[in-house]
Amino acid sequence: MSTIFLIVILLLGFLITFQIAKASEYVGVLKGEKKNFEQNNRINGFLLLLFLILGLVGVYWCNELFKGKILGESASVHGEKIDTMLYITLALTGVVFVLTQIVLFWFAFKYQYSEKRKAYYFPHNNKLEVIWTVVPAIALTVLVGFGLYYWFKITGDAPKDSIVVEITGKQFGWIYRYPGKDNVFGKRYYKNINDARQDVLGMIWEDKFSHDDIIDLQKMYIVKDRPVKLIINSRDVIHDVGLAHFRMKMDAVPGTPTTMWFTPKFTTKEMKEKLNDPDFVYEISCDQMCGKGHYTMRGIIEVVTQEEYDLWLIKQKPNYVQVFPEMDPDAKPATPAATPADSTKGTTSVEKAEKAVVKN
Amino acid sequence: MSNEAIGHGHSEVAVGHEAHHDDHHVHHHHETFISKYVFSMDHKMIAKQFLITGIVWAIIGGLFSVLFRLQLGYPDSTFPWLENILGHWAKGGKIHPEFYYALVTMHGTVLVFFVLTAGLSGTFANFLIPLQIGARDMASPFLNMLSYWFFFLASIVMVSSLFVQTGPASGGWTSYPPLSALGDASEGSKAGMDLWLVSMALFVVSSLLGGLNYISTILNMRTKGMSMTRLPLTIWALFFTAVLGVLSFPVLLSGFILLLFDRHGGTSFYLSDIFMASTNKALPNEGGSAILYQHLFWFLGHPEVYIILMPALGMVSEIISTNSRKPIFGYMAMVGSIFAIAILAFLVWAHHMFVTGLNPFLGSVFVLLTLLIAVPSAIKVFNWLTTIWRGNIRLTPGMLFAIGFVSLFISGGLTGIWLGNSTLDLHLHDTYFVVAHFHIVMGVASFFGMFAGIYHWFPKMYGRYLNNTMAFIHFWVTIVGAYLIFWPMHYEGLAGMPRRYLDFSGWHSFNQFGGLNRFISIVSMIVFAVQLLFVFNFIYSIFKGRKVTSTNPWGSNTLEWTTPLRPGHGNWPGEIPEVHRWAYDYGKDGREFIPQTEPVGAHESKH
Repeated sequence: MSTIFLIVILLLGFLITFQIAKASEYVGVLKGEKKNFEQNNRINGFLLLLFLILGLVGVYWCNELFKGKILGESASVHGEKIDTMLYITLALTGVVFVLTQIVLFWFAFKYQYSEKRKAYYFPHNNKLEVIWTVVPAIALTVLVGFGLYYWFKITGDAPKDSIVVEITGKQFGWIYRYPGKDNVFGKRYYKNINDARQDVLGMIWEDKFSHDDIIDLQKMYIVKDRPVKLIINSRDVIHDVGLAHFRMKMDAVPGTPTTMWFTPKFTTKEMKEKLNDPDFVYEISCDQMCGKGHYTMRGIIEVVTQEEYDLWLIKQKPNYVQVFPEMDPDAKPATPAATPADSTKGTTSVEKAEKAVVKN
Repeated sequence: MSNEAIGHGHSEVAVGHEAHHDDHHVHHHHETFISKYVFSMDHKMIAKQFLITGIVWAIIGGLFSVLFRLQLGYPDSTFPWLENILGHWAKGGKIHPEFYYALVTMHGTVLVFFVLTAGLSGTFANFLIPLQIGARDMASPFLNMLSYWFFFLASIVMVSSLFVQTGPASGGWTSYPPLSALGDASEGSKAGMDLWLVSMALFVVSSLLGGLNYISTILNMRTKGMSMTRLPLTIWALFFTAVLGVLSFPVLLSGFILLLFDRHGGTSFYLSDIFMASTNKALPNEGGSAILYQHLFWFLGHPEVYIILMPALGMVSEIISTNSRKPIFGYMAMVGSIFAIAILAFLVWAHHMFVTGLNPFLGSVFVLLTLLIAVPSAIKVFNWLTTIWRGNIRLTPGMLFAIGFVSLFISGGLTGIWLGNSTLDLHLHDTYFVVAHFHIVMGVASFFGMFAGIYHWFPKMYGRYLNNTMAFIHFWVTIVGAYLIFWPMHYEGLAGMPRRYLDFSGWHSFNQFGGLNRFISIVSMIVFAVQLLFVFNFIYSIFKGRKVTSTNPWGSNTLEWTTPLRPGHGNWPGEIPEVHRWAYDYGKDGREFIPQTEPVGAHESKH
């Protein structure tokens, strides 16, 4: 019912507009073409000026309205660099934006048609043209310079003491894998994947390194102030690990592993307090169109302290025993569970883990 | 085609006595309805065919955006009438996710290719090239006709894909494999994707036939005295547009063919290491690279945005100069900057791929080349500003849209400097910031160029004016609306809000913009309604618009205004005019304008 109502209103609106438009055309003819044109010109000239003023006020107002809703302080060290770059760019483009828009609409208003005015014949001026070639070129050199300086810092090699986590996208969720006590990722082959047996990554069990690998489907745990290197994979189509709070992003491409690293600055708990938001979580958003569930492909990162991380790690069962429950050492009362001492050992040697991935 | 609208029947009457001298066409073939309106080889008629088909597509593409904006603005509501129209795609009055993605995909494909490529450069390249260079028609009128009909065929195939049971393509307008290659990954990647690929292949053929024609016409068929440096800037822009299309569309086609092979031939160009959870099967393909497709796609995809934008750059230059009653400032710099943009357009494609795992060093090269584009763009903006400085500006609807274009080109161009910087792209890639950027600079700005062109050349096309009042309403609502829709999206993007999500309620980081999304949706519907008002004005004015009484209503220098009011096939009765000067002698030596056909006087000052 309301739909029909809406359509009727719309049609009426059209009709009225059309009638006014037609009538004003007749009035224009009566007034004389020249007078009509001059009047329209004045009105539109005034509106251009009004648009400029209201537009600039609107830009300011929009900023006031939303500046609190965009992300606050970056939660990673890389993110600080990205934010600095963002402010440098904002300052430069902001000045250019305001000046050129003012000039454009002001000129359009000021030099609107007048019988008395004669257009000034000014076809070219080399000096001016050189100026506005060189000045933007210099400004851009500055932006490229800063941009690439940060870019190479961010995309450079991960520090040696990084935690390495493998993250694999699939329609529509994320799989996290940790190398386990030996700190080396076991090899895997996609044809071995067997979801029913919880072998979600298709591990090659002949490879001994795979036996202690931990696979988690719920959350990714990483440590505050400790660099983390993500090895990113996909099981089916292209996904993207989007980390808005850390200001990072990298595609997950089937068949071609990618990497990125960053250092989280705040634990999830600290963020909750900082933002005064008990529901806060670090989210992983899939940022590459991946099918009908794309908009639900959400992952969660839990940033914790080193102690919490170690504690969490020892509680995890390797994927091996999930796939082969009969091999679970806990099932046999005699075998002790992994000790904390073991897990502290498992905090270094990125290279070892990387080598294993390359071999994959 | 609804081109009966043209009222060509009157034209012979209108041109009347002049037509008798036309030894070229009038008396040696009888034009039937079919040869005049349907399979026409007259470039002006083909231009109108492109324009009207483009308008139909724009309405369809715009309607899609209204539908998905409805979902984005009101994710919790249901609209039972949607089910009446869309059937199982909107069961219970809620748009199905699969269909949401089909809508976005089609919105992008239709507007980028069918409206802003075919509708914009198809219309104005066809209409303006022969008229402004002084030629009777294109180099090959027959290929020109084929170009339209291949486009028509592409349109038919694309429309039919909307009606297949599994739905149209839904992998985004970029159609990245493996998603687009595997029917098991998405419903839209079944029959819909094949039809999409076939339609796009036909579209590429159309675009190549058109482009080759435009290039050869501009190079070979200029009238006496029309040297390249006397060409109006519209022609320069259309020339480089055609060059870009001819060089880059074949690459896209090759990418599509490989995709077809992967889909049906069992090859592994783009596929590797894939396990489909939906069928619980690992695919045999190994060793392909999904990224290869992105290189092939963006090698066209980036020049494509300039294919869309450059005709607008040219037309805006022409319209601003004419209506400021001043020469365009820095003609050679304008030509040089279009040339620079055309060259750079080929060297920046990987800036769409900074986060695909591209080698960071390679990325840095693309950052440099991308930001370089800002230099010729800045030159253009400053030259436009100088052109209106101390002019005597007539704010016609065409001129208003041209000024609006410059404003949008600045706004959208500046955010390009953000996104072209890989450091910022890490955060902004595939967020609403990107949506805002390309809609402003490529979408809305090019539409403004197109509207400026339509308002400016409508009197030449149909011998009548569009209604001014409706035109002013159209302009003001559209520019205010465009900024209201896209400006706040930058903020959503800065918050990291991803594109192509149909509902943000499950997210903690992105659900703070519910009110804003609703606001944007409402504005976009109003703006859409006003576009319908424009379409109405367009159709109404073809039949009932105020008649043009002078052959040169804008006091313009270029050659199209030396033709009769309603030129027949062949454009000029009698001799083609000879050109003696550039197109921009406005306000020179105290004269308001000096047409290109006027010989240079002995005492004329030099510029």
